[in-house]
Amino acid sequence: MQVTDRVRRPPDDGGGGCVDRSAADSLPLMRRLLFISSVLTAVAGPAWSADAPDAVAILRAVGPEGSGNPAATAAWRSLAALDATAIPRVLEGLDGANPYAANWLRAAVDAIAARSDTLPVDALVTYLGDTRHDPRGRRLAWELIRGRDAAAAEALIDRMLDDPSVELRHDAVQRVIDDATRLDAAGDAGATAAYRRALDAARDVDQIKAITKALEKKGEVVDLPRHFGFLTHWQVVGPFDNTAEAGFAASYPPEAVAGMPPSADAAWPGKDGSDVRWKAFMTADPYGMVDINKAYPGPDDGLKEVVAYASTGFASDAERDAEIRLGCKNAWKVWHNGRLLFGRDEYHRGMRIDQYRVPIRLTKGANRFLVKLCQDGQTQDWTKEWQFQFRVCDAAGTAILALDRPATPSGGPPPAAP
Amino acid sequence: MPAARTNRRLSVAAITACVAGIAIAGVAADWPGFRGPAGSGVAVGPDLPATLSRENIAWSVSLPGRGLSGAIVAGDRVFVTCSSGPDQQRLHAIALDAASGRTLWERQFWATGRTMCHGKTSVAAPTPCWHDGRLYALWSSNDLVCLDRDGGLVWFRGLTADYPNVSNSLGMTSSLVVTDGTVVAQVENDSESYALGIDAATGENRWRIDRPKAANWTSPLVVSPGLVALQSKTGLDVVRTTDGGVAWSYDGGAATIPSGCVLDGVLYVPSHGVTALASPDGDGTKPRQLWRSSRLSPGTPSAVASGGRVFALGKADVLTAGSIADGERLWQLRLEGPFSATPAIVGDRMICVSEKGLVQIVDVSGDEGRVLATLDLEDEVLASPAVADGAVYVRTNARLTKLIAR
Repeated sequence: MQVTDRVRRPPDDGGGGCVDRSAADSLPLMRRLLFISSVLTAVAGPAWSADAPDAVAILRAVGPEGSGNPAATAAWRSLAALDATAIPRVLEGLDGANPYAANWLRAAVDAIAARSDTLPVDALVTYLGDTRHDPRGRRLAWELIRGRDAAAAEALIDRMLDDPSVELRHDAVQRVIDDATRLDAAGDAGATAAYRRALDAARDVDQIKAITKALEKKGEVVDLPRHFGFLTHWQVVGPFDNTAEAGFAASYPPEAVAGMPPSADAAWPGKDGSDVRWKAFMTADPYGMVDINKAYPGPDDGLKEVVAYASTGFASDAERDAEIRLGCKNAWKVWHNGRLLFGRDEYHRGMRIDQYRVPIRLTKGANRFLVKLCQDGQTQDWTKEWQFQFRVCDAAGTAILALDRPATPSGGPPPAAP
Repeated sequence: MPAARTNRRLSVAAITACVAGIAIAGVAADWPGFRGPAGSGVAVGPDLPATLSRENIAWSVSLPGRGLSGAIVAGDRVFVTCSSGPDQQRLHAIALDAASGRTLWERQFWATGRTMCHGKTSVAAPTPCWHDGRLYALWSSNDLVCLDRDGGLVWFRGLTADYPNVSNSLGMTSSLVVTDGTVVAQVENDSESYALGIDAATGENRWRIDRPKAANWTSPLVVSPGLVALQSKTGLDVVRTTDGGVAWSYDGGAATIPSGCVLDGVLYVPSHGVTALASPDGDGTKPRQLWRSSRLSPGTPSAVASGGRVFALGKADVLTAGSIADGERLWQLRLEGPFSATPAIVGDRMICVSEKGLVQIVDVSGDEGRVLATLDLEDEVLASPAVADGAVYVRTNARLTKLIAR
């Protein structure tokens, strides 16, 4: 019997050197010749050459529904056959690459590294140190370094508490959590500060929960909605009809004013025919849960086959890229400044923080979000929830706080109606 | 693989294909996909062992991530998929040497689709597929890759990146089939629900068809070369791999977790128990219903068929054998469950592996089933075992273990 941990064989050949005509044909003649030449010589494992960028460009050109795949196959082989000194250059190709291309490039790096006895560690450290590079590429570079020099890699982690790479930051935060835990166990008063330092840097939900638990145990107050950037103050209107789940596709009046602040004068017929109006609603939930059942209480199992809308403003200090992140187990749609971003008609399959990530471009000054939330007619216990969590953050999960962000609610009365 | 050996295996495969009237993805001694070479859970080769002890463990190796996708076997290589990292966003495809368990190569990918799933399942849930010298691997994030034998990337698809509402917050599990140069993927869910026929050579769409908007964890099934059955809650559609057109349909409703199986051109569908369906006569669009038995009721594991019998491993951990001729229940045997893994059969013996990791070898040949041997692997097993050349490959959550006869 042989029971082992993972057994690795270092080298693999990364593919052969055949030329895909469609890849070559997409390039001008001279560059095509250079490209073909590079593919033919790739078998021998050349270093980065003048025509390798063409292969990177071909991989970066892949797109939806397999577009560009036939040309990419040959380009990938040529890149995968390069020697290890090419790795940092291939990694640079990840900058701004679409998700399909990123995987082509990543696989080429894997193939080169797997058959290379040595890696350009210094160059990888330099690449890693430039936080303008793709976060996942930098994490990959760090893992390559770790594979050759674990001590050096571990030493680098200490500097990455504020890193754009979620995974590098995670490991750095864990170091601080571990330190805080040791201090805590030793009764050292510095534990609280260490936990606070970890919390400031933490973006991983599990880490944040663990740190919060430790801090609260020490009597500390943690403003989790602010840490995450959950939006807590909303104006809601409803219920509208969602019989047979038709309300998801129906366009109720709030959608026509999705980009506008709610008006106290607005009144529209709701599901039962009587007028419905905007009303203020806020959540004091630590994880920003906006529970619409509390805004519109129904029978024990809540209202069924209904739609509600929630609107909120967000004053941004700058025009900038951002993400809205939503957790929701009901069907939903979201508008930003009157533009429909995304919608999904799935009911009660589960929810979690950051379940959906939608990129947006925040406008400097006033922004407006509108959420449409649909409840279906299921009656099981696990179908009662009619709720969502909504936050605004950057790509690393760091909260972007509105200039006009109200104080985190403490569970008191709702704010005044508009 | 030596040419002579390849030719011999191809000959066996060709004969098997002719007899069964089905397309097979690899050579007969391989286990090239979910439920083996013919999609019926049946392997050819030496008998499964009648006794088991830890001496039967040839090797057991840790994997770099979790998963419940089954291992597949092609010649001297075993392939398996995993997921790891924050939110399981790292996708792993791994090739191991079947003889030693040594990792030959590993490729990682970054999930482009959502990775949320129920805690019991994993992003590495669909079983990969081996066809014509290439590995096709799919994850719950709907990332789909084609790799050559040595790990060279042939193509990559991100189906949720392509179609942003293709996902299931509980997780996707449907495995792939490849036939007639087409990779068939069922990415069915409550929202944007499709089946895709993808050119196996290039990864480009040959067709995309709308499917019922409902969560569905079943896998496509090759009925015959160029025809694939797509099961769903509404029933079953048999589509042509050339254009995705529906050749015939069964609208009697069907399960959304266990898949049907095919043997000698007859489909055994988890529908009102099990319903046996034969292709329509002539140009008909409705199948011939041969029989229906409510006494055969697959739970999570899919149905398997062999030796004149169809087997269902039900929710009460009861293995039921029915006559393939008329669905009559022949015998029942209570096993130690619970079960998620679909059993595999070689000759007269079936291997069932419980979620608790208990391997059970059952003699299914007689008037009643009989447990011949058991082995406790002491780890969670949700993945269906693979059987090739008399060896059994059992994937636990974090390890891959090879069992051989001693």
